[in-house]
Amino acid sequence: MSETIKKFLYVNRKAPYGTIYAQESLEVVLIGAAFDQDVSLAFLDDGVFQLTKGQDTKEIGLKNFSATYRALGDYEVTKLYVEKESLEERGLTLDDLQNIEYEDEDDDYAEKSSIRLISRAEMAEVMADQDVVLSF
Amino acid sequence: MGTLHTVNKSPFQNQTLLSCLGHTHEGDAVLMIEDGVYGAVTGTAISEALSKMGSDVSLYVLGADLAARGIDAGRMAEGVISVDYEGFVDLSATHDRVQNWL
Repeated sequence: MSETIKKFLYVNRKAPYGTIYAQESLEVVLIGAAFDQDVSLAFLDDGVFQLTKGQDTKEIGLKNFSATYRALGDYEVTKLYVEKESLEERGLTLDDLQNIEYEDEDDDYAEKSSIRLISRAEMAEVMADQDVVLSF
Repeated sequence: MGTLHTVNKSPFQNQTLLSCLGHTHEGDAVLMIEDGVYGAVTGTAISEALSKMGSDVSLYVLGADLAARGIDAGRMAEGVISVDYEGFVDLSATHDRVQNWL
């Protein structure tokens, strides 16, 4: 039975541990990945803090879920849009983010970065190109 | 017809309204609800950002939330249109998607 594939965008605008939004978003993305839709993730404003490397939550009693972003490729979630202006405003560059990769099955399973650095204007285009936008 | 953006937090509490305005397209609408309605008031630190939107983006505010907070319609920034709950439904139905800025 063929069903229409819709474009889903998960918008992440909050830092990872101060509220539960970031972790809940990731949970919903993983659950949603079972439905074979065209999924993208957007990271802007404080949401870019979710992807930083070197997170260590041992002393705050919360689960460190940052490694889970690296597993998204196995669920065919391979488009992580990161807003350049949001990084710059926070003194961050791509080097401060984890390497998040996927295996491109159309290119002999070559490992490619899932992170797509885009401008604020391009982010607005990504948002306007969706069927469904879910915000966290 | 574009995106309906909703904002439900005061722009004096966080940057959400400004971020929303920075990600809109021509033909989009921004509806301020709940504490978001404080963003619709004229003569504030936010009102310039709002007026810069010009006519490309339509600005709405939920009248019930204005009334609840004692904000007189006369204090609303120029160009902001007050809608009731039916108007909210109409806006949702006439746009291609709804993006809630949390």
